[in-house]
Amino acid sequence: MIAIINYGLGNVKAIYNVYKNLNVDVKIASKNEDLRNVDKIILPGVGSFDYAMNCLNDSNMLDQIMELVLINKKIILGICVGMQMFSESSEEGLGKGLGWIKSKVEKIPSIHSEKYLSLPHMGWNNISNIKKNKLFKNLDEESNFYFLHSFYFNADDEADVIAFTDYGISFPSAVNAENIYGVQFHPEKSHQNGIAILKNFSEL
Amino acid sequence: MLQPRIIPCLLVKDGGLVKTVNFSEPKYIGDPINAVRIFNEKKVDELIVLDIDATVNNQEPDLTLISKLASECRMPLCYGGGIKSVEQIKKIISLGVEKISISSQSILDPNLISEASLLVGNQSIVATLDIKTENGELLLFTHNGKIKVDKDPLALIRKLQKKGVGEIVINSISKEGTMSGFNSNLIDRIIKEIDVPLTIMGGAGSHKDIYQLFEKYGLLGAGVGSLFVFKGQFRAVLINYPNDEEKENILSGYRLNN
Repeated sequence: MIAIINYGLGNVKAIYNVYKNLNVDVKIASKNEDLRNVDKIILPGVGSFDYAMNCLNDSNMLDQIMELVLINKKIILGICVGMQMFSESSEEGLGKGLGWIKSKVEKIPSIHSEKYLSLPHMGWNNISNIKKNKLFKNLDEESNFYFLHSFYFNADDEADVIAFTDYGISFPSAVNAENIYGVQFHPEKSHQNGIAILKNFSEL
Repeated sequence: MLQPRIIPCLLVKDGGLVKTVNFSEPKYIGDPINAVRIFNEKKVDELIVLDIDATVNNQEPDLTLISKLASECRMPLCYGGGIKSVEQIKKIISLGVEKISISSQSILDPNLISEASLLVGNQSIVATLDIKTENGELLLFTHNGKIKVDKDPLALIRKLQKKGVGEIVINSISKEGTMSGFNSNLIDRIIKEIDVPLTIMGGAGSHKDIYQLFEKYGLLGAGVGSLFVFKGQFRAVLINYPNDEEKENILSGYRLNN
């Protein structure tokens, strides 16, 4: 059973619908009781770093999620700001992140050799330099996904990065450390490629 | 490589979809959820849905419809119409909408843009401006082109960016629904003022129009109404979108230049 964390931001229902269509056991978790007998967790997100952290704290599910992920080693996928919260801190906010993967969330530089790059990074872009990982099963080397963000997950250890994307700089667009997975793009809004990622996640 | 975006724009009135010409003569074209399902199959880049009743009738955003749209969309959704407060924005974000378009209220109260983008992040805050070009002048309108606003659109565009807006959508009133090509006079005037992602709406009449827009102006969004909902000279309703091959052709001009 996959639980999608419903904490006031992120497209919970779109992810839910993808899994329903794939006949994968899924539920929306809005309180601790909903997290019983869960095998995997998805932490979606659209929003700013502090707002997302505050919403997650206010949901009262964070302690339970931490126990599931850090002690019981349940597999978790963070999406967009959901992934950024796995970091230690963010230039977008003042509060602390969860610190599950050694990293800092930083702003994408907007000026590159005197050429201006518009922010947010918005639209369809490809991933590249992908590592062998079951999350990418059946996907092409340079698949396109939908991105919507101004900040990126700057991982301390490149071993934790499983895909990069170019936008002025080459930034980590997917990460994996043990049971913790994160993607900067929105698989729930990336048509077939996104559905493939969600399906692969359900089969990990 | 980041690609220009080809974005169907749907207008909602009385809970149904309509298409207008120069913001007038709304013609009923079908059910919004049905249209979203078809656009899902056609793998569209993004979708813009604007409720054209809400501000005019001083109504609240239709949260039931927004919730249905957001859960049905397999592409990013930008929703606009009647949004006036941070509370409404929080509510709509919680329903799973990626981007919120603020139009007349961004003109009346640009501080709403800064409050909202601080809270939910600027990537989700869009300002949509309806502009008419008349004798070389840019005129700003609200309420579906009925109320003229005595403000300089270029100064407003600069201000909204300072306030932290994440995207600007420019709708050409003179071109809207005419399918006679994008308004390059308007684009030429505004494009150098804009550092955030820009989407241009109004006038797309063929795939070639979109090709030329990207070839000339590069990385921006093309908002498309009539072309993606009508077919043929009698404007029969037929939801359509470029297939993979047609899309490659449309993007090829941009790729050659970049």
